[in-house]
Amino acid sequence: MAAVPTTATAATGAAAPGRAGWLRGRYLTVIVLAAWVALWALLRGRDTLALGGAELTPLHTRLSEGMDAIDAGRNSNPLFLYFINYIRLFIDESVTFVQALISRPSFGRPVPVIGWLGVTGIATAVALLYGNRRTALLTAAGFASFGLLGLWEESMDTLALTLTAVVLALAVGIPLGVWAGLSDRVNRFLTPVLDFMQTMPTFVYLAPLTLFFLIGPASGTVATMIYATPPVIRITAHGIREIPVSTLEASTSLGSTRAQALRKVRLPLAKRTIIVGANQTIMAALSMVTIAALIDAPGLGKTVLKALQTLDVGTAFNAGLAIVIMAIVLDRVTSAAGRRVEAERRSGRARGTRARRIEAGLVLAATAVLVYLSHVYVWAAEFPGGAGLGSYVKQGAGAASQWAQDTLVTYTDALKNLITYGLLNPFQSLLAGSPWWLVALVVVALALLLAGARAAIVAGVSLVLLVLLGLWHDSMVTLATTLVATLIVMVLGVVAGVWMGRSARVDQVLRPVLDAGQTMPAFVYLVPILGLFGATRFTAIIAAVAFAAPVSIKLVAEAVRGVSPTAVEAATAGGSSTWQLIAKVQLPMARAGITLAASQGLIYVLSMVVIGGLVGAGALGYDVVAGFSQYQLRGKGLAAGLAIVVLGIMLDRIMRAAAQRAAARPAPH
Amino acid sequence: MAAPSLTAKSSPPATAPGADDPPILDVRGLWKVFGPRADRVVGTPLAELSRTELKQRTGCVAAVRDVSFSVRRGEVFVVMGLSGSGKSTLVRCLTRLVEPTAGQVRLDDEDVLGCGERRLRELRRHRFGMVFQHFGLLPHRRVLDNVAYGLEIRGTKKDDRYERAREVLELVGLAGFEGSFPDQLSGGMQQRVGLARALAVDPEVLFFDEPFSALDPLIRREMQNEVIRLHREVGKTMIFITHDLSEALKLGDRILIMRDGALVQMGTPDQVVGAPADDYVRDFVSDVPKSDVLTLPWIMRDPRPGEPLDGPELAPDTVIRDAARTVLSAGRPVKVVSGGALLGVVTTAEILEVIAGPDPDTTQDTTPDAASDPDPDGPDPVATDRDEDGRS
Amino acid sequence: MAVSWIAGLRACAVVAGAALLLSGCGGAKVGEDTGAQASGDGGGKSACGTFNLAVNPWVGYEANAAVIAHVAEKELGCNVVKKDLKEEVAWQGFATGEVDAIVENWGHEDLKKKYIDEQKVAVAVGPTGNKGVIGWFVPPWMAEKYPDITDWKNLNKYADLFKTSESGGKGQLLDGDPSFVTNDEALVKNLKLDFKVVYAGSEAALITAFRQAEKQKTPLIGYFYDPQWFMSEVKLVKVDLPEWTEGCDADAAKVACDYPVYDLDKIVSKKFADSGSPAYELVKNFNWTNDDQNVVSKYISEDGMTAEQAAEKWVADNPDKIKAWLPAAAG
Ligand SMILES: Nc1ncnc2c1ncn2[C@@H]1O[C@H](COP(=O)(O)OP(=O)(O)OP(=O)(O)O)[C@@H](O)[C@H]1O
Ligand SMILES: [Mg+2]
Repeated sequence: MAAVPTTATAATGAAAPGRAGWLRGRYLTVIVLAAWVALWALLRGRDTLALGGAELTPLHTRLSEGMDAIDAGRNSNPLFLYFINYIRLFIDESVTFVQALISRPSFGRPVPVIGWLGVTGIATAVALLYGNRRTALLTAAGFASFGLLGLWEESMDTLALTLTAVVLALAVGIPLGVWAGLSDRVNRFLTPVLDFMQTMPTFVYLAPLTLFFLIGPASGTVATMIYATPPVIRITAHGIREIPVSTLEASTSLGSTRAQALRKVRLPLAKRTIIVGANQTIMAALSMVTIAALIDAPGLGKTVLKALQTLDVGTAFNAGLAIVIMAIVLDRVTSAAGRRVEAERRSGRARGTRARRIEAGLVLAATAVLVYLSHVYVWAAEFPGGAGLGSYVKQGAGAASQWAQDTLVTYTDALKNLITYGLLNPFQSLLAGSPWWLVALVVVALALLLAGARAAIVAGVSLVLLVLLGLWHDSMVTLATTLVATLIVMVLGVVAGVWMGRSARVDQVLRPVLDAGQTMPAFVYLVPILGLFGATRFTAIIAAVAFAAPVSIKLVAEAVRGVSPTAVEAATAGGSSTWQLIAKVQLPMARAGITLAASQGLIYVLSMVVIGGLVGAGALGYDVVAGFSQYQLRGKGLAAGLAIVVLGIMLDRIMRAAAQRAAARPAPH
Repeated sequence: MAAPSLTAKSSPPATAPGADDPPILDVRGLWKVFGPRADRVVGTPLAELSRTELKQRTGCVAAVRDVSFSVRRGEVFVVMGLSGSGKSTLVRCLTRLVEPTAGQVRLDDEDVLGCGERRLRELRRHRFGMVFQHFGLLPHRRVLDNVAYGLEIRGTKKDDRYERAREVLELVGLAGFEGSFPDQLSGGMQQRVGLARALAVDPEVLFFDEPFSALDPLIRREMQNEVIRLHREVGKTMIFITHDLSEALKLGDRILIMRDGALVQMGTPDQVVGAPADDYVRDFVSDVPKSDVLTLPWIMRDPRPGEPLDGPELAPDTVIRDAARTVLSAGRPVKVVSGGALLGVVTTAEILEVIAGPDPDTTQDTTPDAASDPDPDGPDPVATDRDEDGRS
Repeated sequence: MAVSWIAGLRACAVVAGAALLLSGCGGAKVGEDTGAQASGDGGGKSACGTFNLAVNPWVGYEANAAVIAHVAEKELGCNVVKKDLKEEVAWQGFATGEVDAIVENWGHEDLKKKYIDEQKVAVAVGPTGNKGVIGWFVPPWMAEKYPDITDWKNLNKYADLFKTSESGGKGQLLDGDPSFVTNDEALVKNLKLDFKVVYAGSEAALITAFRQAEKQKTPLIGYFYDPQWFMSEVKLVKVDLPEWTEGCDADAAKVACDYPVYDLDKIVSKKFADSGSPAYELVKNFNWTNDDQNVVSKYISEDGMTAEQAAEKWVADNPDKIKAWLPAAAG
């Protein structure tokens, strides 16, 4: 699940400062920070723009009214209505059709058209034909486990919705990505839109979506698409863009048209990258399963939410496990397909060879037999034997969660207090307790010093927007939590990432754990972590770290592995200790990857702000959740969603510019 | 250091094939300026600035500055210069892979810069071919499909283009590798594929942008010979970029030397070696064994009164090295004769001067003179003059 | 590569062979036994048609919905479509015509105004019989150890007990499930309590907090409500705030009194009400007590039954109550 830069930001344009300038910058940074602390001590508590949980600003009321106006216009705007209606009908029909095939009783039969054996057969065949035998085995085992966990129908519902959303996301995303890859202007236009789509919390648009797409699969699919399309657009654009100039030039020099260059050069060369994009889209789509369940999207997400109502950790975990298995199967199959594209090319094994065709024919024939059986015979249609495995999983997970909550709580409480009192509270009181203008000045100054004029302007505008949104104080509280979480993510990312990057064995062991962390719905482990850490900001941090750290760890590991072996060899030959090797060679050389890990980590942490709101983080996350639940707060919820987007874009731009500048500067030793 | 005695001599007759035919490619006042608002540079006082000054003032880079030349049909025309001197840009301007800022490029009588996108594509598909330094092969296609690519995009039927591709692969010595993928081939073989791809469309003009600089010396020599052989066999016009002088001398009928985007000298290999236009060129050619390049007219002198004129006769296009044995063993002046007319004589003294190097005294005489060249960055009037009267 | 496809071939042959063998041996065919897909037994099916029932995400609601759905299906032959929705989305469903009924509504005056009074797409059809109590609660062990804590006037005395890492030196009042409109910030201010409202953010967070507080004997005070299945696991003790009087909570900023007792009610769409569906009558007549609901909730939350099983069991145990809900014709 390799991640790829999410945004391509233009260079800041500022020339790299020399070493003297860099030192001066460093002094100035320290001075700015010191001045901040001093002024905070003097002015604390003034102009903090705090707003109570149920208080609204005029803007929030206006936003609510605006949303009402849109609601009202829904019926009177026929063009819009018909357009949307047709999309809705199309999506609904697609999902329903797939459901009829694999998950729901249909066509007057008490069971779906294709039973468990057939579906498992088809999935395995796909894995075998596009991936390899290992992934085929994994796929068969994975699909069988859905039945064993007692969640066959729910899993198939989830699969139906996910597949439809992914197919549509790819159908929209790949062309857009190609376009953005070809045109700088399109790319410049799309980048902030995609940022918006990825950081705007789903909760904000979930309710309005149902007004247009109505309750049911269409809304769930569209919500999933909004979140899952950006990765494939970005990564496709990246793939199209990074085609070597020399190759394109050669094609142009032979007189190819632009369309020919696209079809014969760019697309084939970008194929692998596009598959990576598709893979990321699948993962993103699966991470929406639970949230979409809030608007009646069918599948495993519902099981998780239902279980959460009664704090039934076991059942939630069981369903979560099925989601993780589905994610891992889909990930491994798409990754293997990507590698196979590459391998086939390298081995020079052309697609249409006889052996290959015979193999494909046989696999298809076998699949057809399985599908037929599952259509006709009950034993192959309905998973036999009930949920034997599932009940063990439920009991085990439930007991484990209970045990942890009962016995570990003293230690975890101490840990929570240590970090909260030692780091989070001071930091938060500095950010949220200073007058807003002081914080704004400091942030702009720091952005200027560390990241250049352009980033400083972005920061300035963003901060003013936060004030205008009426959520300054909440934004600062969320910012403090977010930064602390990102810090922890990066510490974990570097430690575990280096460990993983240096040892293939560690990688093998950790990777599935990380995959699970990334795809296990947070709703599953909310209860145990709430039991351990209470309804606190720290719990929110833990949830964010669980979700974000895997990405960062993988990226750092990737970067460490990418350090040229010659450099490592040279350093080893020079007598470096392991520690020196890591600190002086591998980490510095992996800097680009680590920066990427940090910025991705940050985005992932931000996307958990709302979940944080569900477990006691308050602030923006809670505003969004409350806006989703309480009619009169929906304007505020929207404002809070916008504030999260603004925070995300601001942090992302500052971080990128700072990293670019750091990379351009002569090394400090 | 160049032999000073040679610079003094007037340029000897340069004969190139088809000297009187109209040129196939004619380039006039070509400019390429990279950077913001590049079009405001040409034709203004800014154009007179040196490259560094221009960069400082406007942020623009003048990659090609006011270059004019013409190439004859069937000629191998070499463009040479140090890294960054603008060679690649120049050659890309000719096929408009890079859009020139100003100037004129004519292919036969057609204005290349003036033609529309469709026409340009026609030219590229049928009349131009190009070979690149980094090959630019399509990694996802077999060798055969790579070679057939140019034919494919112009719509040739599959069987026909494969047949043609096989022919060309045979020609470049890659028969049997049709089914391989580029990354399964060595660098030299990959460049043969690049060459075959360019040849497959049977272009009239072939452009080579440092095609062999990524190859090791042995392979490079082999490939150079290959080009010579091909040129002999198919007789294409070739424009060949290199920064390697020996390659230029080996392949070129004529050589154009660039520096900081501008033309500093253009001429036959022996003109360049024998009469470098300035220190830059002189530096370039200083390591070349002149006896290998220069012909007898470069060193012959008029017979002195009373000199015996019964020695052996040699043709004027004899290279000095080849003449050395005859001259040294003759024991008297050797006559340089063309069509029965006596052009001059060569004796042991002249031969030795070339091979053993000049008299130290004379060297010191001329060096300061050349170094005080008033404007090393500006367009060299000598070069331009030579260009004008040498070709038209 | 040859090896791989030969292996593939062998595998396929084995699978295909086995499959043919199995199909030869047979096994029950799909659709052979007709009993499996009995689709309701009532003749009133055509009269009822499809009944879209919103299911809001808490167990008490689910109990109501499950029982109503069970009766509608079994007695009236309706085709009940349950839709899992948050409240706001459920109300929107009245406007889009996708929701017929909400069967446990807590207040929501603003939504009533919008959809009942303004858009006129919904109508209120009376109480469910359940009383909704909202307020501040402490775990039982605290009420035992500090008996006077249940009077708000003594809260400041204990404020120190409730300090946490989140409450900035004051006592922590753990608030909300975001679905509920709370006056707690105003209450703390107007009653001059040395407390800070901390937002737990979800029902799960609140319940976990109370559960741990009782188990670990840690102090906790927070917002909670009844009926709620958790009350049957841990009987939280309500803290008395100044008594509610009509109009004492009119101005949200000046509230200094307890929450009113809600009469939970049922809302249906106008379309549904006018349709003459027997299910409408059922919803309108539906009425039961907190104890009834708690029994069903307990079946679901503690005994691990599905909502359907729980409803079936309760309905079987209480035939008389059901009879009273049924429309005159069907009864
Ligand atoms: N796309 C471009 N944008 C801006 N400047 C360019 C661009 N391409 C080339 N240049 C500049 O133009 C000048 C000439 O470059 P060019 O590549 O033509 O040199 P070259 O003689 O081919 O060098 P080499 O032997 O290294 O290939 C260089 O200073 C280069 O920096
Ligand atoms: Mg070049």
